[in-house]
Amino acid sequence: MRRAIVVALIACAGAAVGAQRGGPPPSPKAAAPIDLTGYWVSIVTQDWRWRMVTPAKGDYLGIPINADAKRVADTWDPAKDEAAGEQCRSYGAPGLMSVPGRLHITWQDDTTLKVDTDAGMQTRLFHFGPSAGPAPNTPRSWQGYSSATWQTPRPNVPTQLRPAPRSAGQEPPSGARGGTLRAVTTNLRPGYLRKNGVPYSANAVLTEYWDVYKRPSGEEWLTITTQIEDPQYLREPRLIAIPFKKEPSGAKWDPTPCSARW
Amino acid sequence: MGSNSVFRAVVARVALAAAAIALAAVPMLAEVDFTGTWAKKSQNDNGNAREQVDFLGMPLSPDGRAKALSYNIASLSATERQCQMYTPFYLFVGPFSLQITSDLDPVTQKLVAWKIAGWIDRDVTTIWMDGRPRPSEVAPHTHGGFTSGQWEGDTLTAVATHFKLGDIKRHRAMSSDRATLTYRFHRHGDLLTVTGILEDPVYLAEPYVLTEMFKLDPNANLLPLTACEPIEELPSLHQNPGLVPHYLPGKNPFVNEATEHYNIPLEAVLGGPETMYPEYRKKIKDKYVMPPPCKEGCGGPPTPPAPAPAGRGAPPR
Repeated sequence: MRRAIVVALIACAGAAVGAQRGGPPPSPKAAAPIDLTGYWVSIVTQDWRWRMVTPAKGDYLGIPINADAKRVADTWDPAKDEAAGEQCRSYGAPGLMSVPGRLHITWQDDTTLKVDTDAGMQTRLFHFGPSAGPAPNTPRSWQGYSSATWQTPRPNVPTQLRPAPRSAGQEPPSGARGGTLRAVTTNLRPGYLRKNGVPYSANAVLTEYWDVYKRPSGEEWLTITTQIEDPQYLREPRLIAIPFKKEPSGAKWDPTPCSARW
Repeated sequence: MGSNSVFRAVVARVALAAAAIALAAVPMLAEVDFTGTWAKKSQNDNGNAREQVDFLGMPLSPDGRAKALSYNIASLSATERQCQMYTPFYLFVGPFSLQITSDLDPVTQKLVAWKIAGWIDRDVTTIWMDGRPRPSEVAPHTHGGFTSGQWEGDTLTAVATHFKLGDIKRHRAMSSDRATLTYRFHRHGDLLTVTGILEDPVYLAEPYVLTEMFKLDPNANLLPLTACEPIEELPSLHQNPGLVPHYLPGKNPFVNEATEHYNIPLEAVLGGPETMYPEYRKKIKDKYVMPPPCKEGCGGPPTPPAPAPAGRGAPPR
């Protein structure tokens, strides 16, 4: 009984301390549960023939397009895009992470994470904070407006899902750590999901989950889980997950402008 | 019971109630429960290719490439090779959805293992979470191998070893019995992303990384059966048990197919670690010409049903 009282009181005290902790909350930069900063290279082991080279016109395999999208894509003409100054159509946020290249991730300020790409020389900004949202009348852009939040593991894993105790000499299971960057991107300028003109509309919504992990070898990997919803052109959400590997420096950073053909 | 005991009992109950309220204020962690049926949703080409020789983006070692080029699909009729598709990597290259259950200790209710149900010929995958030791290096290997896992925050990391030589791209390339597969299971609401990192000192020059996505769906297409059982298929192999269908070096008749279909240079089709990095594009830029418009196997929206011919009378009842 005494033990129960002690445990209960400690739990209450802990909760009370947490509730009464003073001062402003830490900035999103200070509160980041994972470190995404640095240089990352995309590892193209999937969809190689649609990503590493420009596929044939009319090759839509793997993307759940509808008939309207096919009608648009069948008229794809890179020369027209170049003439209209729209050679960055396949570098908009919904397609950008699939473009082979490198990311350079830095904090622009305490509430804005910046992701530069060398392929297409684009910049994505992830805005944290309760007021995040595009200002009224903000023009649509290739990268749109990304509202970001951190998702962190919570401490009270249901008891039955906790790993059983390990035997003596074995490493203890990892405690709660890490987290995920969740970003929702809207206010997009219409572009391409694939270089050969597979379209997404201005109403597309891109939801991403960025997860990093460090391997025993020291290698760091990033998986970006991507969901693209666009009822105008997609029969169902496009779902892909793209792997990246961390690089020690920017030695291989190779800024290359957008190309409508390659 | 004296007044002191009553007082203590009241204090205890109040304290426990307060603690329950305080703990309930902390949101429950729902994102670590993987149980349920998960429909396969990825739209990538992990396990698909039209061409027998398509190693695009695969970090094959020279030995891995030689092994892959020797692969004759008829070899699957040899009894000892019929089940070679079903290594743990089949989760990434196979077509199946997942049915995941948790195996709890009946006394403590602690998690002992996650189980991914079998699918046609693929055996149940058990991810041991109870810290049991990995088998000895010389322990027999099975098609499914041995897998144990641990939590890293909300992520389940599992490592599979002790699996046999088998396919890593459906009927196209292989991993050896010395390979290791590390899984990362990330749940985001109703989405489950699984990242697989395959390492193989024999047939891979660098880790081969694939991802697969699933969506929670009670109507996912499931076909839970038991492990693959080889049977005698071809009389010629039965009569000549020493015969192993294969292609000798330089004799694979399909080696140029992908180049013919997509104009992709053969050096890229044959894979290798350099082919999975962005800078490889520069190497082939001047060798690639976009092929003519796609006519076959192009994807796109489903073809609408043809209208019924006019003048055929009333529709059949």
